[in-house]
Amino acid sequence: MRSIRAAAIGAVTLSLAIAATACGGGSSTAGNGSNDSPKTLTYWASNQGASINVDKKVLQPELDKFKEQTGITVKLEVVPWSELLNRILTATTSGQGPDVLNIGNTWSASLQASGALLPWDAENFRTIGGKDRFVDSALGSTGAQGKDPAAVPLYSMAYALYYNKKIFADAGIAKPPATWDELVADAKKIKQHGAAALGAEGANLSENIHHAFVFAKQHGADFFTADGKPDFTSDGAVAAIKQYVDLMAKDKAIPPGNAEYAQNQSLSDFAKGKTAMVLWQTASATFKSLGMKDDEWGVAPAPTPSGTPGTGTSVNSMVAGINMAVFKNTDNHDGALKFVKFMTSDAEQKILNTAYGSIPPVKAAQSDPAFNTQATAVLRSTLAKSAEALPQVPQESQFETAVGTAVKELFADAAAGRAVTTESVKARLHKAQQQMPAK
Amino acid sequence: MTADIPMTTTTATAQVDKQAAPGKSPGAARGPRRTGRIRRIALPYLLLLPALLLELLVHLVPMAIGILMSFKELTQFFIRDWTTAPWSGFDNYQLSVDFDAPVGEALLHSFLVTCGFTLLSVGLCWLLGTATAIFLQDTFRGRGLLRTLFLVPYALPVYTAVITWAFMFQHDNGLVNHVLHDQLGLTDKPSFWLIGDNSFIALLTVSVWKGWPFAFLIVMAGLQNIPRELYEAAALDGAGMWQQIRHITLPSLRPVNQVLVLVLFLWTFNDFNTPFALFGKAAPEAADLISIHIYQSSFVTWNFGTGSAMSVLLLLFLLVVTGVYLLLTSRRRKTADV
Repeated sequence: MRSIRAAAIGAVTLSLAIAATACGGGSSTAGNGSNDSPKTLTYWASNQGASINVDKKVLQPELDKFKEQTGITVKLEVVPWSELLNRILTATTSGQGPDVLNIGNTWSASLQASGALLPWDAENFRTIGGKDRFVDSALGSTGAQGKDPAAVPLYSMAYALYYNKKIFADAGIAKPPATWDELVADAKKIKQHGAAALGAEGANLSENIHHAFVFAKQHGADFFTADGKPDFTSDGAVAAIKQYVDLMAKDKAIPPGNAEYAQNQSLSDFAKGKTAMVLWQTASATFKSLGMKDDEWGVAPAPTPSGTPGTGTSVNSMVAGINMAVFKNTDNHDGALKFVKFMTSDAEQKILNTAYGSIPPVKAAQSDPAFNTQATAVLRSTLAKSAEALPQVPQESQFETAVGTAVKELFADAAAGRAVTTESVKARLHKAQQQMPAK
Repeated sequence: MTADIPMTTTTATAQVDKQAAPGKSPGAARGPRRTGRIRRIALPYLLLLPALLLELLVHLVPMAIGILMSFKELTQFFIRDWTTAPWSGFDNYQLSVDFDAPVGEALLHSFLVTCGFTLLSVGLCWLLGTATAIFLQDTFRGRGLLRTLFLVPYALPVYTAVITWAFMFQHDNGLVNHVLHDQLGLTDKPSFWLIGDNSFIALLTVSVWKGWPFAFLIVMAGLQNIPRELYEAAALDGAGMWQQIRHITLPSLRPVNQVLVLVLFLWTFNDFNTPFALFGKAAPEAADLISIHIYQSSFVTWNFGTGSAMSVLLLLFLLVVTGVYLLLTSRRRKTADV
């Protein structure tokens, strides 16, 4: 009898425990932040270095410094790019997320729409030293226009043309190409000398979208109308995507094998001297980690139709970069703001951006001589003169997937030797547009 | 994504019902006898309670929420608190089954690809597994070693194995192209396996490689139950190997095969890991399996309402197929018994 009673009590206790866990799950979902745990912060960093371990080595000493100054322990997790957006989505739905996190700046408007991130109103900006500390172009990629930014710029990056000096010299090319015609002509010379001309990541949706955006700008086209509706099939957009894919299909500058690249294989090809050029954002640190010496590669502004980067149809890069955001339901609101202030301080900006080869979006840090080297001067001037932000609309992340996949499939066609025509490009883009949510 | 749930759910709840039923006995006694009786009646319920709650928590609640979500317009604007998402009625379902519009058309395409893929994969897995099990039935030197070797794909962690396959299928440096093109000269130029139409073959290869050891294991176990005397008697009557297989082995394996094919079907139809590890978030059209299609429709485009509606449709389809299959096979078994 006693054992039966014990079993019954055990069963009831277990049931209560289960019920309690079930109810306890998402209670903090709609919370609006507090200061309940002022001594700790959880920070999700994006993968900026050559590997997750490199990031930990770069960031940990700085986090230790922050602890010395404020007594707040920052628990660091470096999240790979392939997982970051899903992790943020999961954190948003469950309410169980980090306090502070890095986001790709192109996601700003999409994540802003979810309402999970703390809006940076004038007062929040004041606590980190004011909005005017940041460069305008970087602020242009922090959320939809007319709304308080969803995040603060942390690292700025831009696309440039990286080239292998030795291959160029062997092929008798004196200076890097400034226009697409020159690039195609140089590609022919390079191929005669046995190397591949231009590397690309044909199956990487984000890379595809970044190039599609810039080519569209050069054709005077936009993927969204002024009131935020998708407009993927305009003549300019179709011509733009066709021009990019034709670099493989018609001009044979990009080797067909690159159609299935999605894990930065094009960078290792470049570092091994297999390809002569890559269009990449802030690649210097990666080249070094892949064993390429600084004097083996050169960097030039990415080509434009006219040969001179500028605004309008002479745009040659997106405003690439990383923003730092605070989850609205953080239980260490003040600590989180302190941490953002620390990470965007002049001193930390110099240290971090030097380590990652990126450009500080903070004006005072940008003028440091460390950002006037071969690698960074081109990026800096691109950001200042000829870079534009991707559309800051809530549907941006869907656009990345839909159009990125269309370009991936066009590359697959090109690699298989199938014709890439204006009609086939338009058909793919039409399909991509139809997949966008109606509202 | 949740479609493997119904099987376990139905059986588990059925058990609960069965066990709970004897507790219901009307009639009232008074005083201490009565409390003793209540205790006796309550005890089975109490003991079942944790299992029931866990069952609810792990299987039924998420399923119910999934079904609920499919009637909502759950986009990025509402994911922070999905209960605030507006009701959309059957809009999500309408969108999913409108086969003239791109979303429905893509879903139908993905469904057909999945059907073809599942038929081929299950068929090949079963054929390979059964053939190997029959060949390994006789004792010979090295049999144990071969059996172990054949089970290796089944024992390997899925992701590790599939990523290795992805390396082997690479266009430039992959082992597959090295053997087929460089060494054997079977193709004019190196083929693409991870993009374009060939991706279906790549997916099928990995799926069969991964799935047939299970069929082999189950059929091997089934073979142990066939009395040796049957074969001896057949041999005396002059039956050859093929006749023995046709008239003894296969009929005796029928009950095993019925379960095996059903399980393989459900696993293959719902397979997410293999295409995801091979192709990433956006699978090529030729290999766009339904699970990864639904994943892309919900996670990558942040449209969880439509994704849920597609999941519910998939769940319904699998329930119908499973139900019809069980009905047919049990009826056949009954007629066979008579």
